[in-house]
Amino acid sequence: MGARENILKRIRASRGVGPEPTQSERTAVEAHIREHPVGTRPDLDWPLKDRFREQCVRMSSTIDEVATLADVPRAVAEYLRENGLPARAVAWAELAALDWSTSGVVVEDRPATGDDLVGITSVHLAIAETGTLMVLSGPSTPAATSLLPETHIAVVPMDRMVVAMEEAWALTRGTHPDLPRAVNFISGPSRTADIEGQLQLGAHGPFRVHVIVVG
Amino acid sequence: MTTTTQPPRSTGHSTGVPAAPARNGTGTFKQRAHDKLHDAKVQRAMRNFNLAGARARAVDEVPNFEDIRVTGAAIRDRALANLDVWLERFEREATRRGTRVHWAESHADINRIVVEIARAANVRKIIKSKSMVSEESHLNDALEAEGFQVVETDLGEYIVQLARETPSHIIAPAIHKSRDDVADLFQEHHRTPRKDSAADLTMEARKFLREHFLSADMGISGSNFLIAETGSTFIVTNEGNGRMTTTLPRVHVAITGIEKVVPTLEDVSCLMRLLARSATGQTISNYISMNTGPKQAGDSDGPEEAHVIIVDAGRSRLLGSDMQEALRCIRCGACMNHCPVYQNIGGHAYGWVYPGPIGSVLTPNYIGLENALDLPNAATLCNQCGVVCPVKIPLPELMRRLREKQVERGLRPWQERVGLKAWAWAAERPAIYGWLTWVAARIGRLAGGQRRLIHRLPGNGWTQERDMPAPEGATFRELYAKRQAGRR
Repeated sequence: MGARENILKRIRASRGVGPEPTQSERTAVEAHIREHPVGTRPDLDWPLKDRFREQCVRMSSTIDEVATLADVPRAVAEYLRENGLPARAVAWAELAALDWSTSGVVVEDRPATGDDLVGITSVHLAIAETGTLMVLSGPSTPAATSLLPETHIAVVPMDRMVVAMEEAWALTRGTHPDLPRAVNFISGPSRTADIEGQLQLGAHGPFRVHVIVVG
Repeated sequence: MTTTTQPPRSTGHSTGVPAAPARNGTGTFKQRAHDKLHDAKVQRAMRNFNLAGARARAVDEVPNFEDIRVTGAAIRDRALANLDVWLERFEREATRRGTRVHWAESHADINRIVVEIARAANVRKIIKSKSMVSEESHLNDALEAEGFQVVETDLGEYIVQLARETPSHIIAPAIHKSRDDVADLFQEHHRTPRKDSAADLTMEARKFLREHFLSADMGISGSNFLIAETGSTFIVTNEGNGRMTTTLPRVHVAITGIEKVVPTLEDVSCLMRLLARSATGQTISNYISMNTGPKQAGDSDGPEEAHVIIVDAGRSRLLGSDMQEALRCIRCGACMNHCPVYQNIGGHAYGWVYPGPIGSVLTPNYIGLENALDLPNAATLCNQCGVVCPVKIPLPELMRRLREKQVERGLRPWQERVGLKAWAWAAERPAIYGWLTWVAARIGRLAGGQRRLIHRLPGNGWTQERDMPAPEGATFRELYAKRQAGRR
């Protein structure tokens, strides 16, 4: 561990303080983490759902709205048909459990592989400020499902929508005292402008992100 | 003023910087800048490149953006003020979550540690998401020399990798390449029919890189921030390659500088608002991948091993010095996007990893003032960079301080030192100074001829591109005396 000690010592020497952190320094650091103050933010005073819709569209997501979770299979089927996409998808467990029998869409409850074309997920939370989907990795919520397929369909219940990232952290600290391996924030389809600055969708991740707001 | 600059090369400096690649052009900054100014491709690319407008529109939407900048700068300063304590806090939490934390004092350390990790895990193929720190250490060369296959996956990085070049911009690495260049490279390396449109080229890259993503053993990325509160890495991309790199291979290694630690989740939320708007004019980047430890019980994806390499390589020297503010940098690229010098010469002319104003400050600090003599002078100090920097780094002031250090350490060329000494000698003697300016004004008027323009000044490149207006013939002192006399 020579390098570690050398670097930390060098930092302290540059700062002009003694070789070991004092108790008060450590206490101050822990206190800041415990308080985790929210700094200056933009004006966040807008209707939650309107802002979310507007920002989703801005980030090139498409958006739909249904009344209840039971309406999701029909909405998914319509979206896939209208866009000429295959009526076959992989989904997170909570969505695969819906009644897909009359929708005409074949839905499998398993993680996506490189060959799957449509992935259906819900969200941990959705962030209105930026039209962002917040997804957590876990046994029943594999990260690959929102990443590998060309089309990602995300189901967003209104009761999971928050104003901004800070509100998302406040809730997540309650539900997940230890963060899961991956916390992913997704805002629209994958994109690049690395060839002559021309914007292209679908660089590596999905070409399409379709958001279905429920309620 | 003639300045001789060696391209940044290792001088046995403690950071162990490898030789700068010759593939960006050789010689001094001045020669490289001259070459780039006369390179039609670079000039066309730079004319097409405009992220400044997008930033301006995004910032205009947030009336209190200035207050958010102040908050962002304070967040970075808080971390830097107690940097070692925050790093220990990060390490403790990351370790508790199963991440293996490594420390690299030098660039050589980075490469050694990555090779060791790769060997121990029987890695063959490595995919990389963007990491500027790995550009500092020429990690790809080191890995290839050890027999590993390395594939860059950011589209711009992939293009410069195929071309055997280095990035010319920190967030748009291939901005100097034309669509034709990319089409040629893909045709040659992919052995596919030539594609013409940016859309087709992007799709072809997607197809080839997807295979690499799915078959790689190890993923290497940078980390825009390290979060002390949770021990997490925080990777921002638009393409999604950061997500792929942290999700698919069985080993993930994040490499980042000691200065990138940020205290809390709230702090990083604030910095994200600044970063996306300042970089590309987006309200948020498409993907943020926050990773904490390896794959957990029951997870179907995620790496079995998670490593973080925390790199010093010259950074700790800046702490506590009059250069510390440079460590606030969140690598958005706004300073170069707004720099009139960068916009004319592009990134390769700067000769090392970081171009533009932030590069002119970081390069001399990281690889030695004597190895980058021209960079702090490669600016007009117009302060566009200072105005747009999301964390309020006073870039012109830092470049001015570096110029002072060059003079103090006697690093300036002898002509300049002698010239300034002579000027100082005369300036302290008003009678002689007055007489010299009187003579100079007369000679200047004669040299200007009828059109009152001087076409060529001795030993000065300034008149190569334009004429110098000739003096009217009377000095300021004469005019002032005349005016005072007139008033009486």
